[in-house]
Amino acid sequence: MNSIALPTAAIDDRAARDVRNDRRFAWIVGIAGVFVLVSLVAAAFSMLWGGRLAFQTFGLKFLWTDAWDPVNQVFGALVPIYGTLVTAFVAMLIAVPVSFGIAMFLTEIAPKWLRGPVGAAIELLAGIPSIIYGMWGLFVLVPVLSEHVYPWVDEHMGQWPIVGRFFAGPPMGLGMGTAGLVLAIMVIPFIASVMREVFLTVPGRLKESAYALGSTRWEVVWDVVLPYTRSAVIGGIFLGLGRALGETMAVTFVLGNAHELTTSLLMPGNSIAATIANEFAEADSEMYRSSLIALGFVLFLVTFTVLTIARLMLRQLAKKEGN
Amino acid sequence: MFALSTETLYRARRAKNIAAQVLASIATLFGVFWLVWIVWTTLSNGLAALDISLFTQMTPPPGEEGGLLNAIFGSILMSLLGVLFGAPIGVLAGTYLAEFSRTRFTARLGETIRFVNDILLSAPSIVLGLFVYTLVVAPMGHFSALAGAISLAFIVLPVVVRTTDEMLRLVPAQMREAALSLGVPQWKVTVQVLYRASLPGIVTGVLLALARISGETAPLLFTALNNQYWTTDLMQPMANVPVVIFQYAMSPYDSWHTLAWAGAFVLTVFVLLVSVAARAIVSRSRISND
Repeated sequence: MNSIALPTAAIDDRAARDVRNDRRFAWIVGIAGVFVLVSLVAAAFSMLWGGRLAFQTFGLKFLWTDAWDPVNQVFGALVPIYGTLVTAFVAMLIAVPVSFGIAMFLTEIAPKWLRGPVGAAIELLAGIPSIIYGMWGLFVLVPVLSEHVYPWVDEHMGQWPIVGRFFAGPPMGLGMGTAGLVLAIMVIPFIASVMREVFLTVPGRLKESAYALGSTRWEVVWDVVLPYTRSAVIGGIFLGLGRALGETMAVTFVLGNAHELTTSLLMPGNSIAATIANEFAEADSEMYRSSLIALGFVLFLVTFTVLTIARLMLRQLAKKEGN
Repeated sequence: MFALSTETLYRARRAKNIAAQVLASIATLFGVFWLVWIVWTTLSNGLAALDISLFTQMTPPPGEEGGLLNAIFGSILMSLLGVLFGAPIGVLAGTYLAEFSRTRFTARLGETIRFVNDILLSAPSIVLGLFVYTLVVAPMGHFSALAGAISLAFIVLPVVVRTTDEMLRLVPAQMREAALSLGVPQWKVTVQVLYRASLPGIVTGVLLALARISGETAPLLFTALNNQYWTTDLMQPMANVPVVIFQYAMSPYDSWHTLAWAGAFVLTVFVLLVSVAARAIVSRSRISND
């Protein structure tokens, strides 16, 4: 009997140890999971904490005053917020239709052998560091625009009624229009690859039914593919918008770093991210630094909202796929 | 009459279809045109500036010749440390999402974490830089390479969480059941069976994260800052390629511009190579699974 009792004891021992180790492992991975949750919350609070001096001093007025005066210690976020919104808006105006065209081309129009390489190229290009886009913008795009494009824009479009004020100004090349264009070039691969992926989730039989009824390619994309994927397409666009709003290096190079409120896209401006990147290392006073961190908090709130909408929209498609 | 209106309707639809296809093709050409232009500029300017001294000399003062040795070393060191800090936590958190959030409460927690992780994945990197500044740099009182590595780790984390989660969920349930039915404890199933099955995918995630952080500039501006000299001290500011490119490109000196292009070239080639390698691993493992 003894010879049997011994192994059972060993087995019990072993089982107890396994249970203990399992519990430990579950705790470790659980803590790692919660760490992800905590880091986002901590990021928000740390910036609120870092910017407390600015928020306390200027109050909510911080959001809509346009003073930015390090000498007199008066700071307002209007100019950077305005610049961020304008450049992102210009970028989306260019990027959304182009991305839709690329996605349509890659899923419906291009011959099969071309789809793979072009799709892969666009995805690879989405990975190029944003500082490269910024450098290219500064050294290549800005001279071309200021010599050949902006003089023409100023002369012709600057005279238009109402919208003319957006296009009038000295053709120095740096400015919000240039920043918007560089941003658009940067987010096109992102939005296009999300749209392409989303379009590929449309069941083949839906499209085939439409083609069988005599639909043209355009009708299939506009009346079948797009309604089926609408929420996810909007999600993809918001994902690109989130990127455009928070992008730093690509715009810092070409925005001109000027704290002035202007309607003209040809004039230099500033964005939240560019202001922080340009001035943080040189911020010499507590108030200056705190105002920059407060700017970061504003950026965090804006992008958080946009990205939340994006994810909720994208999730709807995932649900549809699951059914 | 009837035939005529069908005919016009048919023509209108045809014209619309052709116009849409032409516009879509132009859009693709438009997108590819800019991207080719950017890559070509970087490669041609970079190749012209490429020199062996790039890898043997330190970053120079204005107007003098030099290289990027200290910056390249700093970038490699901080990127590796960033992966070293971020990837293990990411793998564990991804494991939690895929394997351990099964009860009603933990499933809801898992959904929340997944959602937050997706937001972290596309959060502006400059925000993460400010976060690490208030978390590490401000209490320490000075910029340091360690803070730079931590800020990069926060960029690595969500990428690895996402890929680990997705890859583990691709592992067939039979594998888990077979191992568990043999009496293997769950942690051993996870480490010895599931990790092994999804290893190529997880490695791909880590490589993609590495490609992403090696070009990150914004978070390093307020954490690692820059350093003109050679240093291996993690507690000191450290040079790194992206910040050096930023500083040199914004300067008025031609010799600094040349170095910035050379740095941009090295960076782009590295990032593209790593991304291609990451994709190659995935496609090869997919073939072997079939």
